[in-house]
Amino acid sequence: MLKTITKKVERNERITPEEALFLFQGDINAVGKLAHLRRQAMVGDNAYYQFNYNINYTNVCENECKLCAFYKDEKDGYALTVEQIVESVKEVHAAGVNEVHVVGGLNKKLPYQYYLDMLRGIKNIDPDIHIQGFTAVEIAFFAEQAGKSTRETLADFKAAGLDSLPGGGAEVFSPRVRKLICEKKLPGEDWLRITEEAHNLGICSNATMLYGHLETDEEIIDHMLKLRDLQDRTGGFRAFVPLAFFRKNTEIDALARGTCGVYDMKLLATARVFLDNFPHLKALWMIYGYKACQVGLDYGADDIGGTYYDEEIVHCAGAKTPKSLNKDEICTLIRKMGRTPIEVYSNYEPVKGCLSC
Amino acid sequence: MLKQIEKKIAGGDRINAEEAVYLFSLPLPVLGELATQVKRRFHNHNTATFIVDININLTNVCQAECDFCAFYVKQDSSRAFTLGIDEVLEKIDKLVEIGGTQVLLQGGINPELGLDYYLELVRTVKQRYDVYLHAFSPPEIAYMAEHEKLTTLEVIEKLQAAGLDSLPGGGAEILVDRVRNLISPKKISKDVWLRIMREAHQIGMAGTATMMFAGVETLEERVEHLEAIRSLQDATGGFRAFIPWTFSPENTRLSEVIMAGGGEYLKTLAVSRIYLDNIEHIGSGWVTEGMNVAQIGLMFGADDMGGILMEEKVLESTGMRNRTNTAEIVDTIKRAGLKPARRDTEYNVLEKLQ
Repeated sequence: MLKTITKKVERNERITPEEALFLFQGDINAVGKLAHLRRQAMVGDNAYYQFNYNINYTNVCENECKLCAFYKDEKDGYALTVEQIVESVKEVHAAGVNEVHVVGGLNKKLPYQYYLDMLRGIKNIDPDIHIQGFTAVEIAFFAEQAGKSTRETLADFKAAGLDSLPGGGAEVFSPRVRKLICEKKLPGEDWLRITEEAHNLGICSNATMLYGHLETDEEIIDHMLKLRDLQDRTGGFRAFVPLAFFRKNTEIDALARGTCGVYDMKLLATARVFLDNFPHLKALWMIYGYKACQVGLDYGADDIGGTYYDEEIVHCAGAKTPKSLNKDEICTLIRKMGRTPIEVYSNYEPVKGCLSC
Repeated sequence: MLKQIEKKIAGGDRINAEEAVYLFSLPLPVLGELATQVKRRFHNHNTATFIVDININLTNVCQAECDFCAFYVKQDSSRAFTLGIDEVLEKIDKLVEIGGTQVLLQGGINPELGLDYYLELVRTVKQRYDVYLHAFSPPEIAYMAEHEKLTTLEVIEKLQAAGLDSLPGGGAEILVDRVRNLISPKKISKDVWLRIMREAHQIGMAGTATMMFAGVETLEERVEHLEAIRSLQDATGGFRAFIPWTFSPENTRLSEVIMAGGGEYLKTLAVSRIYLDNIEHIGSGWVTEGMNVAQIGLMFGADDMGGILMEEKVLESTGMRNRTNTAEIVDTIKRAGLKPARRDTEYNVLEKLQ
């Protein structure tokens, strides 16, 4: 089967889910070579990063997902005010940050207007700041709270300044797994529907996949297939973002299958070959670590993530990775693999006036 | 050039320095496959080994004062320490309790210590425990010789007579004098390092060789290091294994160097496997690279994951996470689809783990 798949990749053709599973369960370097070909054909020697700032506006969340070590109840949690958020963005913007990444819990105390004010407040600082914010799960929650449709909510948010969705909350689409790890969370079909609505409104997005918990290899391929199908319809996805599950401090620690370096690289490479309509693949340093993210660049990834000032969620789950990297470190990691670092916004448009570092 | 190298590897032929430098430009999966082909010559099986060992740092006082080191202090520092023999024995007790077999002793070049300290340490450890003593890198041997006005060969012979089994390959850094003069001008030269290793090999002490890379050397100089090791090995056959690791800049005087990523590490590991066609074992290092990259190293020519390294302190001082245990290493090897086995210092399998 490897010969057939290799031929397909050489001709820039699509592979089937069965072929993807075969690659995924095969040798790391066999799939790695194909991913390298695919990536080279799509982006050449370019590799991308963002100079961004992460805002986790609240950790109060009523979903109480078993996979999460970040959420708290109302009593112990926090919620930032719009003023606090705007002030902190002003500060980091002065230091050169031109993108903010906004995600948080599902907090009933926060009104619809809070989010619109937050978006407008950030855009008022500088309209060129790219705002990537809110997972489909948050959008569904805000809509329900406000008695609006998700489509209306997305349109309101876009008008207030939302540029793109980060693509979180997808976890794995398998209903079997969702029942075990995030029972109260938005079902997979709704995630896909809301994302499609966003794409149709001109809001581009990424797509994530959380793996290494209770899913099977087949469910991973199926997750990617659903994304590939949606992308065929909308073209709205920019990057696929695999997220290795950090099990520490979560309720499914003991049950989770876990992951490892070889598996991570096989997953990245399989995704690169299978998701032939996704322009980009991220191997986030925040997930894979400073050392392994660089390896990912030769297993299909063309983006190792941004600077991410202030990330909290994965670090609550015991991620041993650093909490932020500077531009110099990111660019050096990229260059040492023979790639050219390019600073982009999350929609992969080059940052205005940016000189490659 | 790739075709020519592939032909050489398939035919079991040696590659030259120019070809080795070229290999660094290849994508990782291609390099990984080539290194795996060479690995198969030595290890046509699915086992990956590790050792249960302890790494005891005897003293942090060091007059070599290398720029890349975050561990050493001056003699009058309030943080200075030198372990007494009882303290060393207490640590070894802990190793023996968990079934460990190898004791690695090394430390700074502390001008207060004479050869007697080392000899007594060796004798006591070997009398008391059935462990393999892998101790004292060439810079320490050179220091003992200078301090006692003996030749380095005489020092190694005395240590061997006292019970020392082998020399670890520390202090090699990059075996190119331009680089050594930049980062460790007070440390022994390339020639002295190689001579001491040769002397040890000639009196029947096999050992290991290392390389600390991704500091200030060029790729050509990295290959020059491999060449120095390969040609000594042609002469003596005394190196059991080669273990490269990356320089870890935090808290050192070279902290402006940006730490190497795992891709750079894996490339160097693979090139080492391919170039060093006369050394049986290649070790993948979790201490500097983390368990995930070290595991991928098993697909880049390495056949061994090194030790669990109880007590390691030198890399710890650069902020490296450096604790593991047998269970974690066994799990890591299994997840790579390989069979874990515990080994001794001579790479004999002691126990296959399920």
